Amino acid sequence: MSIAAKADPAIPAGSATGLSERRPLGDRTFQIVALGSGLLVLVILVLIAVSTSQQASLWFSTYGWKVFTNDWDPAANHFGALAFIYGTLVTSVIAIIMAVPVSVGIALLLTQVVPYRWSRPIVYVIDLLAVVPSVVWGLWGILVFAPWLNHIYANIGSAVKGIPILGNLFGPPTSGASFFTAGVILAFMITPIVTSLSREVIATVPAIDIEGAYALGATRLEMIRGAVWPHSQGGIVGSVLLGLGRAMGETIAAALVIGSSAQITSHLFAPGDSMPAVIANQFGEASGVFRSALIGLGVLLFAITIIINLIARGIVDRSARRKRGA
Amino acid sequence: MAAALEQPQKLDLREPKGWRRTSNRIATWLMVLSFILVIIPLVFVLFTVVAKGISVISWSFLTSGPIPPNVLPASVGGLGPAVLGTIEITALATIMAVPLGVLGAIYLNEYGGKGFLGKLIGFFSDVMTGVPSIVMGLFIFSIWVLHFGFSGFAGALALGCLMLPVVIRSSDEMLKLVPDSLREGSYAVGATKARVTVTVVLPAALGGIVSGALLAVARAAGETAPLLFTILTVATANPNVFSGPNTSLPSQIFVNATQPYVGAQGRAWGAALTLIVIAFVLMIAARIVTARFTRYSR
Repeated sequence: MSIAAKADPAIPAGSATGLSERRPLGDRTFQIVALGSGLLVLVILVLIAVSTSQQASLWFSTYGWKVFTNDWDPAANHFGALAFIYGTLVTSVIAIIMAVPVSVGIALLLTQVVPYRWSRPIVYVIDLLAVVPSVVWGLWGILVFAPWLNHIYANIGSAVKGIPILGNLFGPPTSGASFFTAGVILAFMITPIVTSLSREVIATVPAIDIEGAYALGATRLEMIRGAVWPHSQGGIVGSVLLGLGRAMGETIAAALVIGSSAQITSHLFAPGDSMPAVIANQFGEASGVFRSALIGLGVLLFAITIIINLIARGIVDRSARRKRGA
Repeated sequence: MAAALEQPQKLDLREPKGWRRTSNRIATWLMVLSFILVIIPLVFVLFTVVAKGISVISWSFLTSGPIPPNVLPASVGGLGPAVLGTIEITALATIMAVPLGVLGAIYLNEYGGKGFLGKLIGFFSDVMTGVPSIVMGLFIFSIWVLHFGFSGFAGALALGCLMLPVVIRSSDEMLKLVPDSLREGSYAVGATKARVTVTVVLPAALGGIVSGALLAVARAAGETAPLLFTILTVATANPNVFSGPNTSLPSQIFVNATQPYVGAQGRAWGAALTLIVIAFVLMIAARIVTARFTRYSR
């Protein structure tokens, strides 16, 4: 029957199945090339996971769970990385604590307070902050900012000396290159991204909610608490998580200002080290298990940031979808 | 009834008094304060970089090489090799990442965006923008440098991996803004999908795509971490980007920042100013492109 259909001269070939089935070769090639470029993202992500894990396997297989001990001494072949994980957490938490209130404040200022005419220049300024390269923050941090901060640290340190908790966090010994300095620099660096993401989230609050709150006689603060906050809470949590991911992976600025000292201490003004910083600082002289350990730190970092990003994107996407549904 | 009309109840439209007013004002001032808190470090950094860099920068600083030893003062020699390396590597990364990123965005927006695969790719390009730059360096080290050695090309691969998701995302946003009526009009006169995309949709979104790509280049030009283990940092110029160690402005700053010598630090400030100028020029170019050539915007 199909042979008969094909042989029938009254029906032009292919017309029965529609125009789309007879696409020229170039058209199909273009689609395949575009698909290939899109798939490249997935391919690269898989390749990153596979190739770096392969290089890191020597570290994990040699030391087992001892990779998570606090014992890093390359000269003695000790590669326990707990101090770097601790440093990464401490510096990024400091950065988040400082950057988030400021970023949300600017996002609210841009969306709810200033007129459009003024918000453009403010956005430009925030963009400038984002364009300053990491290494320039590091250079400024180590040569200008850290020495200046150390005077302040020394004053705070002597003031809180002997006081429980405060003395343990901010007491001496102090150093310009420290966990806290790294945290402050990271805060500067993640402020633009947290600001722009929170701004996008806040901009999705329906105007009718805002106008409704004002119509009921709310002040601006009351309107923000009653209309903006409940709507954008989830999205802001998502953008904070994305900022956290950035802060954890930020390498060069941290490598220059953190002080490069593998230690776990409650003293925030003491020198420390973080995962990306130790990779950047020690990779050049590393080989064998040492290099495998540093690549292993990269694998840990990749895994942590991927998980944080998955959660954060999930939260942001869900709140965006709810907004569209409403 | 007439009396009621003549004397309507007065509505108090003045600003509320007491704590409500005070708390509102405090909140507003806190928002302004948060902006000021961001300006201070920005101005501080820019001022320092310009003040310390401007005296170092000259034509010979930007072009002459090889890079002198750290002990020599900043007035001797220059960072020509690093400038050359940065231009070579960033250009190569751009050539690789921008077309692929735009094609990826075309797939997301014109072909598979609604389907499972399209959503997956879109989601993971967002996730990929969050992968730390140092991980990209380690990745290229593992799959390329271990087999083929250090080269500018390896650095370009690492930078390209960083740029790719950024370009996909910004181009996708721009393609979304192109009205469907343009596509439908072209289909109606019998054009194939590829032809519609290349001759109608892309030109309509070109301004935004170029501007997004310029911003991605501006970010990539200042990246150090992906270059550390892919190009190494050498003192001599290497015009062959495909083989042999190279150098770049950011890696030079990183190496010089921890040197105790005034000359080395001076060169670092000069390089920092050069980098910031490059980044700002690209950013301004992106703004101009956006302002002049963007047909559709949000």
